[in-house]
Amino acid sequence: MEVWVSIIISVCAASTPLLLAATGELVVERSGVLNLGVEGMMIIGAVTGFSVAQVTGNPYLGALAAVAAGAFFSLLFAFLTLTLVANQVATGLALTILGLGLSGMIGEGFVGQPGIKMQALEIPLLSDIPVFGKLLFGQDLIFYLSIALVFGVSWFLFRTRAGLMLRSVGDSHTSAHALGINVIRIRYLAVLFGGACSGLAGAYLSLVYVPQWVEGMTAGRGWIALALVVFASWRPARLLVGAYLFGAVTIAQFHAQATGIAIPAQFLTSLPYIATIVVLVLIARNRRATIINTPASLGKPFVPDH
Amino acid sequence: MRLELQKRPQSSKALAYLSPFIALGLTLVAGAIMFTLLGKNPATALYTYFVEPLFDPWARDQIILKATPLILIAVGLAVCFRSGNWNIGAEGQYLFGGMVGAMIPIYFNDWQSPLLLPMMMLMGMIGGALYGYIPAILKSRFGTNEILTSLMLVYVAQQLVDWLVRVPWRNPQGMGFPGTKSFNESAVLPDLMAGGDAHYGAVFAILAAVLMWFMLSKTLKGFEVTVLGQSPRAGRFAGFSARQMTVFAFCLSGALAGLAGIAEVSGSVEKLDDKLSLGYGFSAIIVAFLGRLNPLGIIAAGFILALSYIGGESAQIMLGISDRATRVFQGMLLFFVLACDTFIHYRVRFIPTPNKVNA
Repeated sequence: MEVWVSIIISVCAASTPLLLAATGELVVERSGVLNLGVEGMMIIGAVTGFSVAQVTGNPYLGALAAVAAGAFFSLLFAFLTLTLVANQVATGLALTILGLGLSGMIGEGFVGQPGIKMQALEIPLLSDIPVFGKLLFGQDLIFYLSIALVFGVSWFLFRTRAGLMLRSVGDSHTSAHALGINVIRIRYLAVLFGGACSGLAGAYLSLVYVPQWVEGMTAGRGWIALALVVFASWRPARLLVGAYLFGAVTIAQFHAQATGIAIPAQFLTSLPYIATIVVLVLIARNRRATIINTPASLGKPFVPDH
Repeated sequence: MRLELQKRPQSSKALAYLSPFIALGLTLVAGAIMFTLLGKNPATALYTYFVEPLFDPWARDQIILKATPLILIAVGLAVCFRSGNWNIGAEGQYLFGGMVGAMIPIYFNDWQSPLLLPMMMLMGMIGGALYGYIPAILKSRFGTNEILTSLMLVYVAQQLVDWLVRVPWRNPQGMGFPGTKSFNESAVLPDLMAGGDAHYGAVFAILAAVLMWFMLSKTLKGFEVTVLGQSPRAGRFAGFSARQMTVFAFCLSGALAGLAGIAEVSGSVEKLDDKLSLGYGFSAIIVAFLGRLNPLGIIAAGFILALSYIGGESAQIMLGISDRATRVFQGMLLFFVLACDTFIHYRVRFIPTPNKVNA
């Protein structure tokens, strides 16, 4: 039993960064913007979180700084695509390339240093309950935040007026604009939120999951988060399923490597990526569901006529 | 104050040519600021980065060597991007092409023949094209997002090559280092100049760029690429098939990336190892945009990016500037290129915020 508890906790740890980044990107895409820079914002969050935690000795300050850094970095993307209507795909790629380069430079002095791990919250008494205590009440703060965020975002998008406005901007920016909604402002806010979430996702990697600074440590997780949004067909609750499925594949793959199964480690390492492709194909085959849920203005530039 | 965009009645021709240069200028300014922040003299740093290598024959040879894969991959990407297909997995097609092309000298290490090199290059292109075919067929058959699938395949290709050079193809006399046996002479692409590193791949790159330029600007196929890229609807009315175009564009750019891969394997490394990829597939995206998706512009852009790699190496040796600065440069460059593109189509006006009047 103890073994299973620790396996499930490690699945949670592998899933949390994916879930966080995907939740942020879901809001961005619901507003009609496709930000492919998730990987770049994540790695900026990872290096900021790690370095601030090293300097201050406090992982929570590190996580906060990562949120701010991710949001600030996404502002670059927002300015280019929303104010200057640059191509969203290309700008997202630019964000990723710049993020990977910049993080390598910032983190150069931190390579190989032992990190400061954000400790799990042990809620007295409750976390002592056998099996469920540790799972439900003995994890780190960001894990709880990631779960709360999914439900918060779901509530925001489908139960609030502001959420309705955001979705309307994503579905038809011209109609929303005609109704007097400030399309560009809403999209700016959505992109900033996405950046903050990606930043936190990165900090989770360098403060909880690994916890160390390794160059390029996001290893494609930002891209998997993007795929998860498609998998979830832009519904926050389904992100939970997707993220945990991928977390489970990642952990299963680690355990298979550890048992010395006669499958090459490289094949196991590439499993999450292959799984992503398979999932994308399966989802795309169900065209009706995809078409109904895809924000209709996704990736399309908008220039307001003043 | 806020910015307001006004669509130009006609796109500015002059700016279309000027914008890459403006972007380069802005990147240099941003680079100077970055070096100052790092506590280096910005003038010396920029000189070491972008001027000094041009006067050094060894560095010039290295620039040609690095520009070769960048140009080859980027001209293929230009066709892809122009047709509205986002192939960002060129890195994977480069690796896969290099791997497939290397098969003959790996399995028939002693075979010598003048046919060998053409066969290797051809197999490299086929390998790259096949690997590009996967995201293309998934997109055209199932509507799968090609950005994500092509990128995921990069990771798969990296792992595959890593496994091949460590386990089944590893040189038994290689002291345990990952990598195959070195190829024999007739499997090695000749050098451009005796004693240099740059090889005939550079000739392929220039040829490919000219051919692609011809195709895009002078043939019906090129017209089809542009129409489908700018308006898939108009393309449909003209009887062009967007699905076939996806397959065509991906296979073409895959083939060129594969050629880049096998040219690098055969001309530069002379065996297959785990260090084949230096991220050329991603830098080539920057090259494609800096060349404004024009194959002839891409030749120049490829040399500029190659210069930044070589300049970065010498700046690291001589000034102790981290070689990561090169990637930062490249990222900034792409940002500025994309930002400057706006000014071709739009006039930007600054509108002062009206002062609040107290009633």
